[in-house]
Amino acid sequence: MNNSEKKRMNGEAEEENEEDVEDEGRDAWERTYTDERSWEALEEDESGLLQPIDNKAIYHSQYRRRLQSLSATSAASRIQKGLIRFLCVVVDLSKAAGEMDFKPSRMAVIAKHVEAFIREFFDQNPLSQIGLVIIKDGVAQSLTELGGSPEAHIKALMVKLGCAGDSSLQNALELVHDTLHKIPSYGHREVLILYSALSTCDPGDIMETIQKCKKAKLRCSVIGLSAEMFVCKHLCQETGGSYMVALDEGHFKELLLEHAPPPPALAEFAIANLIKMGFPQRAAEGSIAICSCHREAKVGEGYICPRCKARVCELPTECRFCGLTLVSSPHLARSYHHLFPIEPFTEISARQFELSRVASKTCFSCRESLLTPGTNKAGPCAACTKCKQYFCLDCDIYIHESLHNCPGCESRRITPAAASATKS
Amino acid sequence: SFSDDVSLLVVLIDTNPFFWSTSSSSLNFHQFVSHVLVFLDLIVRLSQLNQIVVIATGHNTCDYIYDSSLDTDQVTGEGELPALYSFVLQRLEEFVNKDEKLGAKQEGLSEKRASSLLSGSLSMALCYIQRVFRSGPLHPQPRILCLQGSPDGSEQYVSIMNAIFSAQRSMVPIDCCYVGSHNSAFLQQASYITGGVYVKPQHLEGLYQYLATVFAVDLHSRSFLQLPRPAGVDFRASCFCHKTTIDMGYVCSVCLSIFCKHHDKCSTCGSVFGKAQLDAASDRKRKASES
Repeated sequence: MNNSEKKRMNGEAEEENEEDVEDEGRDAWERTYTDERSWEALEEDESGLLQPIDNKAIYHSQYRRRLQSLSATSAASRIQKGLIRFLCVVVDLSKAAGEMDFKPSRMAVIAKHVEAFIREFFDQNPLSQIGLVIIKDGVAQSLTELGGSPEAHIKALMVKLGCAGDSSLQNALELVHDTLHKIPSYGHREVLILYSALSTCDPGDIMETIQKCKKAKLRCSVIGLSAEMFVCKHLCQETGGSYMVALDEGHFKELLLEHAPPPPALAEFAIANLIKMGFPQRAAEGSIAICSCHREAKVGEGYICPRCKARVCELPTECRFCGLTLVSSPHLARSYHHLFPIEPFTEISARQFELSRVASKTCFSCRESLLTPGTNKAGPCAACTKCKQYFCLDCDIYIHESLHNCPGCESRRITPAAASATKS
Repeated sequence: SFSDDVSLLVVLIDTNPFFWSTSSSSLNFHQFVSHVLVFLDLIVRLSQLNQIVVIATGHNTCDYIYDSSLDTDQVTGEGELPALYSFVLQRLEEFVNKDEKLGAKQEGLSEKRASSLLSGSLSMALCYIQRVFRSGPLHPQPRILCLQGSPDGSEQYVSIMNAIFSAQRSMVPIDCCYVGSHNSAFLQQASYITGGVYVKPQHLEGLYQYLATVFAVDLHSRSFLQLPRPAGVDFRASCFCHKTTIDMGYVCSVCLSIFCKHHDKCSTCGSVFGKAQLDAASDRKRKASES
């Protein structure tokens, strides 16, 4: 109340900073209307009464849709996923990236979410590499080289990158094509373009460049921040990538993170190869050696290349002296859940659950009650097709998105006889 | 309100009869359980807000034994020993009987290296901890303590690694006090990757002392202690063909299977090396139609 009185009294003097004053003058409850659009969190039920949106059911149905689309594509390609990926992330820093429809600006939002994406990407694909490219003033430049360490890329993003000029899709594609041309044949070549502009200023025929990329087996995907463009759609269709346009910041983050897990590997895209790799032992505690990455003397922690005995500081990496790819077994193990995925659980409606007459009405893994709070009726839950145990919806999401183990199946001893019976 | 020194300790107790009956160590199962019970009592006495959950890792199944936050598990009573002891002992006995009955139909199992279902109890513990995270901003700091003696089961490698990575993402440390004969490579890796502590006590008659000095303290206060350091965690891989440990090998670029020597074809995913898969498939078709 005091704030709005002050505003009325000082209204004339502070007219230049009208927006600022209005922000200060508004109370928190007013801000929830203007900034946060609080009415979107309500919905009407059958009789027209207002009730808050049931977020839990929405998350679960979104998750189920994701799961269905994933299992539909991967069922066709047995075990095949692009696990060794070389991804170039192209960030459009033209004038359009300075727009403020994403707060504080499109550029800042992109930088923040690309950092999170890079961490998630290396978490899920430890043997892969990322390179960053920016488009500014109609020219594409390489911000970082293709590399396997997240810190280098994140450091480059944190620098103040201004945005200016036009955007040029063709220049970006040419640069990315040259960069990805040099990688080994077993790697999957991918490009992810974060496009804010609504046009592209190209020196030549972009259709030719698109055909060049298609021939080089580059899988180009685009996430647009303004509106759908034909040239982006055409690029993605030709190269087999995905084209999505973000509606808001939350949606943008979701679309970006969808590119973190390995995409289904189309058989013709990469050549299968046996890659020679080393699994170094940790250096003895207290041993002193000059490490090959920093050229400094280091004590203790570090790894020894099994072929040339050089010392390296972290894994995964390539030995600088003999070129052997060095990894530790957990790096490979991080990707095994893509090869041995668990089946989606079947949804059980409340009525089916009551008919099943199961003894314990709690989730098998977390022991939370499956009854709707405050009533004696069963809520929706999920069941595993193999071990037939019941799980709550939250555990269903956690098990399929993070844990990748079904607790019910893992708590069962399958005899060799039974296992071979199910296999044949 | 919760201060930062309140713990939620999820204890995974190995009850595998194949290990305990063949164990040549100075500790039998009953002595082991009595050390553990005194340790659990210690945790409860350190802070009123501490929570304990006990899950049993059996040979044929896993199950919850005790949850201090459940109304049904509240123990009170007079007697020589704390009521907690008799409650947990009784539940453990019921579990061991159930575990044994489930295995009655199986024959021909090599008893020498019979492993327990550690991946099952780890997965259940992680789901329980996720439920605690969902319950709101004020919750105790969770951690997992594995009291394991059975050897590693190589068939559980992928599941245990999945559990370890999920624990690492949720920032839940996995501690281990290993009472078997040879170190467990899986649990050493688990503790290393998640930031937990791995201990293989030299003198099992003093097991309670190890538990009390290393694992009773809450996570926040661990920075003030000199805890056992990881010595030589073996991160070498084992080849898929012979299961021998190798320090240099060949990895299939499609499915990341590890082999110790060069092959023409990957035995896991069937990819033919050196050729684009489409060419390889059409070659096979051509050869089949020619012959």
